[in-house]
Amino acid sequence: MNLKNSRPCGDFRTSYKSDMSMFEDKKGFYLAIAGVLLLLISPTYLDSYLLSLLIYIGFYAIAALGLNILVGFTGQISVGHAVFFGFGAFASAWLNNNFFIPVFISIPLAAILTSLIGILFGIPAARVKGLYLAIATLAAQFIMEDFFSRATWFTGGVDGASAEPLKIFGIFFDSDEKYFYIVLFWVIVSFILATNLMRTRDGRAFLAVRDHYLSAEMMGINLTKYRILSFGISSFFAGLGGALYGHYLNFVSIEEFNIQLSISFLAMIIIGGLGSIRGSMMGAAFMVFLPEIMDWLTRSLSGTNIDNLLSLSDAIPFIKEASIGLVIILFLIFEPNGLAYRWGQIRAWFKLYPFSY
Amino acid sequence: MAFDFLIQLLVNGFIIGLLYGVVAMSFVLIYKSSQVVNFAQGEFLLVGAWACWWLLAKFSIPFYMAFFITLIFMTIFGILVQMIVLRPLIGEPIISIIMVTIGLSIFFQAIMNWMFGVFTEPFPEIFTTKSVNILGLNVQTVYLMSGLISILIMVSFALFFKKSRLGLAMRATAFDQQAAQSLGVSIKQVFAAAWAISAMVSAVAGVVFGIVNGISSGIAFMGIKVFPAVILGGLDSVLGAILGGMVIGILEHFAHYLDVQFLQVGNLIRVAPFYALIIILMIKPYGFFGTKDIERV
Repeated sequence: MNLKNSRPCGDFRTSYKSDMSMFEDKKGFYLAIAGVLLLLISPTYLDSYLLSLLIYIGFYAIAALGLNILVGFTGQISVGHAVFFGFGAFASAWLNNNFFIPVFISIPLAAILTSLIGILFGIPAARVKGLYLAIATLAAQFIMEDFFSRATWFTGGVDGASAEPLKIFGIFFDSDEKYFYIVLFWVIVSFILATNLMRTRDGRAFLAVRDHYLSAEMMGINLTKYRILSFGISSFFAGLGGALYGHYLNFVSIEEFNIQLSISFLAMIIIGGLGSIRGSMMGAAFMVFLPEIMDWLTRSLSGTNIDNLLSLSDAIPFIKEASIGLVIILFLIFEPNGLAYRWGQIRAWFKLYPFSY
Repeated sequence: MAFDFLIQLLVNGFIIGLLYGVVAMSFVLIYKSSQVVNFAQGEFLLVGAWACWWLLAKFSIPFYMAFFITLIFMTIFGILVQMIVLRPLIGEPIISIIMVTIGLSIFFQAIMNWMFGVFTEPFPEIFTTKSVNILGLNVQTVYLMSGLISILIMVSFALFFKKSRLGLAMRATAFDQQAAQSLGVSIKQVFAAAWAISAMVSAVAGVVFGIVNGISSGIAFMGIKVFPAVILGGLDSVLGAILGGMVIGILEHFAHYLDVQFLQVGNLIRVAPFYALIIILMIKPYGFFGTKDIERV
């Protein structure tokens, strides 16, 4: 985690302002703009399947970003992120169905509601830390799951809740091509918000709490406040991602927000890189593509001896699941700083090409 | 009738609680000696239970032999997991350790589902009599056996730590790693031994649980249920883990009784331990027998 702070050579920033800029250099800025433009026209050249994967990456990335703010930036472990994701999905559907709030307003409203719930859970969580916090959030996961199945007025119980498609100015955003832009919009907004958050006093306070909470407290940072705030912000993004997810599927079921999803979120930020904004996106993309890649690998092996021996084609769901566990282990052992760090290394290599010292 | 039902549930709760205590004990053993929170404890039970079942179903050898081979297998399994996965991560932040054991748990669960299917498989019958009558209560033979085995494990644990050389080394390591190392205790061996014993004991619990309820991936949930127990007893106290396990077992069955008789909310047997967990963390985060973390700057 500290490797981020030791910059590679060739870093010529001299002023405080340039150190705090959103992009490392001009090239990074242009690259981001190019990426967004490329995504804007992507419905024209991607088939609907890839597009739906991109949409999934979108709302998972938003939720993973929230978790990264909590785990990667503030150092608070949460094993119950999926329930906040789920809460956002239910809240948006609930607001829309019961109070007839238009969907494009109910999505951010649901996010705010989720952040309130996050703060509620954050208040007891601010008292415990590390391992105990992990176990407490694990308990929160099961309690909230139980709440989802019980609160029929809110979630529809076992029948689930229906979420209307999004509609602005009479246009229904019900197809993948149209909904893609909504998700893209919120992804960009979230990532800009999070990047900017890390440039403020609060963001630096989070880092201080993570790096050494006692020193942070001595320097006048209110630990309880920042721990709870971090929970709130993290849940905000989780709720936002969840709400987008609900209105994409048009149906929210209570089954989906289980511990496996929480673990996937943790896997995303571990693989992407703890304490890295762009890592959250990379991790989400990795975790969405991983099952697809495993699927493709298994299918390309079909008919061969290996397939017959292990009956691979029947085992695709298990292979996908096992691969998730395996990549978590492998990343932690061999690449603990995640993809974002590797990306930085690759960029530095190009930048410094012949003489890297 | 209602009273009989309560007593029956409490007895069941006590025996299940003993089993929780055994799992909690093996969890604490790992935590105490190597400071690793093992989220994959439940999968140790699962792997052990399936291994024993496979030996019985495939080779139809007598139960005690299958059981013995399972124990040897799990010992090696525990050592391998520690050596391959946990050893490279010594000294990493706690989130990495937690995540790697979570990764292990997903991995093994998926592999077990792949190898043995997702359906519950009953163990072959081992006892001819289904239940015995003790003081007017119908206690299933398997429950009685699981209670006896649990107590046997606990006693042998106590003897092992009191009398044996390795047990002494493990206690020394838990007390002060550096001092133990400087006095010639091999920390690597102690870690490996802790994982081996933990995996072995978990396998016993897994087999017992499998005999009682049949084997399915549900056994792995024991690994999650263990958290309320260890938090109640204190994360680093073996005695606390046993007591915590028993309390949680009785508590969840009592909650089930309340649920069935009065509240009719359903599912309380599953959730009640977690409410208890939150309450304990709020009041007494280090449990009843745990050591308090005191931080000095």
